[in-house]
Amino acid sequence: MGKIKQLPEIKEPTRMLLSGNEAIALGAREAGVYFASAYPGTPSTEILETFARLPGVIAQWAPNEKVAFETGIGAALAGARTMVCMKHVGVNVAMDPLMTFAYTGTVAGFVLVSADDPEMHSSQNEQDNRILARFAKIPMLEPSDSREAHDFFKLAMAISEKFETPVMLRVTTRISHAKGIVELETWPVPDVGGFKRDPDRFVMVPEYARRRHHEVESRLAQLRSFSEKMPINRAEPGQGAIGIVTGGISYQHVREIMPGAKIFKVGMSNPMPLDSIRKFAGTVDRLIVVEELEPYYEEQINAAGIKCEGKRFFPVEGELNPEIVARGLHEAGVLDDHLPRLHPVDVDVLPRPPVLCSGCPHRTVFSALKKIKADVFGDIGCYTLGALKPLNALHTCICMGASIGMASGVQQVGGSRHPVVAVIGDSTFLHSGMTGLLDAVYNKVPVTIIILDNRATAMTGGQQHPGTGHTLQGEETFAVDYVELARALGVKNIHSIDAYDLDNVIKVVKETTSSGEPSVILTSRPCMLYPVKKQPEPYKVVLDVCNGCGACIRIGCPSIITIDETTEKGLHKVEIDPETCTGCRLCVQVCPVDCIIPVSESEVEVVQE
Amino acid sequence: MSEKTYSILIVGVGGQGVILASELLSEAAMNAGLDVKKSEVHGMSQRGGVVSSHVRFGKKVYSPLIPAGSADVVLAFEAAEGLRWAGQVKNDGLLVVNTQRIIPPVAFTREYDYPDDPIGEAVKCAARVRPIDGQGIALRLGNVKAVNTVLLGAISGELPISGDIWEAVIKRRVPRGTEEINLAAFRAGIEAVKSEAAV
Repeated sequence: MGKIKQLPEIKEPTRMLLSGNEAIALGAREAGVYFASAYPGTPSTEILETFARLPGVIAQWAPNEKVAFETGIGAALAGARTMVCMKHVGVNVAMDPLMTFAYTGTVAGFVLVSADDPEMHSSQNEQDNRILARFAKIPMLEPSDSREAHDFFKLAMAISEKFETPVMLRVTTRISHAKGIVELETWPVPDVGGFKRDPDRFVMVPEYARRRHHEVESRLAQLRSFSEKMPINRAEPGQGAIGIVTGGISYQHVREIMPGAKIFKVGMSNPMPLDSIRKFAGTVDRLIVVEELEPYYEEQINAAGIKCEGKRFFPVEGELNPEIVARGLHEAGVLDDHLPRLHPVDVDVLPRPPVLCSGCPHRTVFSALKKIKADVFGDIGCYTLGALKPLNALHTCICMGASIGMASGVQQVGGSRHPVVAVIGDSTFLHSGMTGLLDAVYNKVPVTIIILDNRATAMTGGQQHPGTGHTLQGEETFAVDYVELARALGVKNIHSIDAYDLDNVIKVVKETTSSGEPSVILTSRPCMLYPVKKQPEPYKVVLDVCNGCGACIRIGCPSIITIDETTEKGLHKVEIDPETCTGCRLCVQVCPVDCIIPVSESEVEVVQE
Repeated sequence: MSEKTYSILIVGVGGQGVILASELLSEAAMNAGLDVKKSEVHGMSQRGGVVSSHVRFGKKVYSPLIPAGSADVVLAFEAAEGLRWAGQVKNDGLLVVNTQRIIPPVAFTREYDYPDDPIGEAVKCAARVRPIDGQGIALRLGNVKAVNTVLLGAISGELPISGDIWEAVIKRRVPRGTEEINLAAFRAGIEAVKSEAAV
């Protein structure tokens, strides 16, 4: 691949239909952002993918969110406007630098985009990161659609420079991945002021840090009165004696249900504009708070002595939608007529759980681990799908990199009678696996770590990482050598094997799990989807030979389907979809009667006949 | 301009082109001078999961999500998905369902059954149901990938977007060299929904 394809420059004000993520990227460019870093993570990924294509900027993937954040601090202290983006759980990884960067403050503007995932569409938890902005004592803005995502980013940058503080722009899946019409403006030429030493500010040893903490508190006091005057915190006139406080996507749902309601819309939610809300509360008989996830507004409003109700009527779990908001408002006695009903007919249609793709190299590895009945400690990525039926071959998933530490912990206490294996993807290993591996070597843990190297950050869309040899903006670069890396960390027992060779995967895993020492197995085969979708190289079933045993069905390949034709014993035979079979040969290896052959060979036979 | 907000739910299985279809619809609505919002969830879509895209347009659109049971049109790219989402069609709304069947692996391990007659069952849930053989129509035109535009043609009669706007968007957005076949597919979709009797 060559240089990334650039997007055309915006040379005059333009209207475009953009996702929240695209709107943030373009807002960042208009705000003069010169440097941006991130680790991919749904729903945040497309922000940097879009920003990377804008002429005149530097955009890069970091190995993890902490590094992304730290390079961002450097760029901002050097006087370049900066954006770092991550999903909600990514902010946990970046929490360490975030908490103290709030003390030093920034030089050029610095905006952290936190993309939360209420409902866990593609995440392991649904933590509410508004709490983290308050914890870190930094300002936070909450846009409610694409237009605001764009506009609020620019505002966040201005606040960051006015108060010399990092600012959080907090979005959710329904902002990031929803599209709306955005008004775009022309771009400035980014500026880099240069790093100027200021040890009292930038060296956070106790004496200096105490002074900076004082700065943080006086800055917060100033931000409180600033928040009261912000036009994005506003009372919207309406009818009735009930007032609703809401923000983010919840605002749109409330407006959908009650277009004429009296609403206080929160746009800047840390610090909260509590005096303005108090004034608003004085104009109504009753105050209802509608917000997704935690009672973040509600608790602060209540704590300020302003009577309000919220989570009594609205769930803490999952995302809100117009139906849930309508039901809550109805229960609160605010809404007389309920929304259109869910259809009365009870429709029960079979589920479509996500599956590993046809030809996915992870399938062979999981089939091997299932065969030897291993306890498998998993990690974050496509391969987490190995936990699902019919493979059922992955038994834990907590967070990025946890597989290795967890497998080591089990081994250290002698907690398993099965072979103990950690499985971790290439990108996840580089994100958070190296320290876990170092721990296993240092503490002499007999644990087997399989690095599933498919040469892409596949689950989030095939992004580059330090093992692929390419940067986000399409330049060639060094690709890490996992074998050399494991050796340098002190691993002696290292095997680099073909992910598609089932018997050999079984043999090597048996060997390493009984070796009594920390071992690394690198299984390599590229992802079927990225960087380019693998073209079919189909196999077919010789139906006269197929005995209907179902061994190939139990590998869970979406290309293998049962058909109506049965054997004498009444077992259903199978067929392979020639449009999607990529020829990985796992089914060939598990078939006990050798009835699966390449389509190309069968065609040769026909010609010979 | 009418005050009405149109809500169109496009559903199918990952890889079928649901997202592209919703992109074309959203862009056409924007070019018709309307406010537009659209929402879907990315992530699992390329791995065989259900994909649903909410498209809403009108004078002013608030929520990007269609309130339950209030879609003016549900466009299903797959028969069982037509049944799954049929209940989202509002009382006098329309369900256009592609007759293609995509059977997921869970049906082969005998864990779940694919419905015998998904379209027949969908008729019980939605007022107006129009099955369309999108694959057949696209194949007859010479490119099975044009099923997208066939299906958009099939729902276009329900929407306040002129043929000129549709054709301009299709020309701009489909792969170069396939413009004519996609325009023909769009027109074939319009005809198909007229000729194929409502179930």
